[in-house]
Amino acid sequence: MDENLRREIIMDHYTNPINKKVPENTLDYQKVNTNNSSCIDNLDIYLKIEDNIIKDIYFDGEACAISTSSCSIMIHNLIGKTIKEAKEFIKNFKNMIDEESYNEELLGEANAYNNIYKQNNRKHCAYLPYEGILKILDQYDE
Amino acid sequence: MNTKDFPMLNKDLIYLDNGATTLKPKMVIEKIVDYYSNYSASAHRGDYDIAYKVDQEYEGAREKVRKFINAREREEIIFTSGSTEALNMVANGFFKNYLESSDEILITTSEHASNVLPWFHLQNTIGTKVKYIPLDNNHYVTMDNVIKSITPNTKVISLAGITNVIGDERPIKEICKYAHEHNIFVVMDASQYVPHRKTDVIDLDVDFMAFSGHKMCGPTGIGVLYGKKELLEELEPINQGGGMNESFDSPNEVYFKELPMRLEAGTPNIAGVIGLGAAIDYLTNIGMDKIREYEINLRKYAMEKLIKIPYLDILNIESDSGIIAFNVDGIFSQDVAYYLNKYNICVRAGNHCAKNLKSEVGVKNSIRVSLYFYNTESEIDDLVELLSNKEKMRIEMI
Repeated sequence: MDENLRREIIMDHYTNPINKKVPENTLDYQKVNTNNSSCIDNLDIYLKIEDNIIKDIYFDGEACAISTSSCSIMIHNLIGKTIKEAKEFIKNFKNMIDEESYNEELLGEANAYNNIYKQNNRKHCAYLPYEGILKILDQYDE
Repeated sequence: MNTKDFPMLNKDLIYLDNGATTLKPKMVIEKIVDYYSNYSASAHRGDYDIAYKVDQEYEGAREKVRKFINAREREEIIFTSGSTEALNMVANGFFKNYLESSDEILITTSEHASNVLPWFHLQNTIGTKVKYIPLDNNHYVTMDNVIKSITPNTKVISLAGITNVIGDERPIKEICKYAHEHNIFVVMDASQYVPHRKTDVIDLDVDFMAFSGHKMCGPTGIGVLYGKKELLEELEPINQGGGMNESFDSPNEVYFKELPMRLEAGTPNIAGVIGLGAAIDYLTNIGMDKIREYEINLRKYAMEKLIKIPYLDILNIESDSGIIAFNVDGIFSQDVAYYLNKYNICVRAGNHCAKNLKSEVGVKNSIRVSLYFYNTESEIDDLVELLSNKEKMRIEMI
């Protein structure tokens, strides 16, 4: 990915993150906190699942540019997916971060983090939102 | 000054996180290697030559600590794993037995977690109340506010000598004087104090004091609990086992050793103790007054430059230490720290273990620069230059 495009995607999602607020009807949502013990990223993620499909995701909290943008891109990508599809997406994202083989086409804008492995201390920032949402998704049978 | 003594400083590194931990001079590292290489035996045996040598070095280090903080007796120096363990020993080994549920403990919102949670634990177990001395506009503790906060139920005041985010020095001596006139104990978290200025426990007259070796050029995993001897005699050993008992024929016939051994159960951190002794030699050789003066001047140098950067929100323009806490308007503190990391500058972003402070200063997280005597004006210049270009910061923070 072109360096300028990468920067543009990350800064766009950092400056104008998707659904960065507490949803109005929180009772419809499952909430999970995800935080990084080695830094100060701390996000609450709200997830609405109906018929095994992710209907809606919101997030709130304090986090760095990488975590915040990554969460926004995750939300953009996962809304509308089945739980199985979402898990597949997350698996590929994790593989990308860990420098293993992954489906580039599937990840879309999330490819902006395909060189984050160069900054070891930020890998966890990029993966943090996914780590949080998995805590909920793992409770479902695919 | 003395930068050549530190192997870590030969790596093109600007280390400005000394509030978290400090770098180690070569002579401290060598002293530890010497123990492991040449006389690696347990302490308090003495049946063979190298064990005798361990005892000499171990107890020699205790004497160095005693002298360094001007304690009256060697029995008043207890080696712990650090300030955290020392403060937990004071809370659980002494005050848990001494306090009643109606009693109150005074702290502040700018204390480090290790001087908050042990007291919360007492509140949750024996019902004592934790109360806060209000801070003034500069986040300082004033005698007025101390006196106003004291009630007939106040039994303990536990404060950092210097705090780890604001870096303000507390009037510990005056507090002790007033507190003792009112039968109140004073506990001092000296983690950010002992490494940075001359410490005199007799002059301060604190009842208990805790500090960590790694924040003063010593190894990690070693610290000190100082206590007045008559109080330490009453401190119940939380850890019981080898090295601290005289005999134990049955549960009813357990006899402990005298201080300080009674409070140092198990094989101690011998390398840590010996390394701490070497660190004290090192600091003493430079001179604690000189260290303090150097840090204050370096901070002043840094502050004069940082204050000119319009988008910096500095939390502690005034401070008695080498600590500067700030935020860059519009950029998350952690992103600033990552940006500086790209230039090998180590600073800390976060709440610095003072999570209650957010109510006081209005921000949860900040960037903390904490100086020590081996930092230089040229390092400050590099920091200031990088912070002076906000556009560059925004581009390079990701």
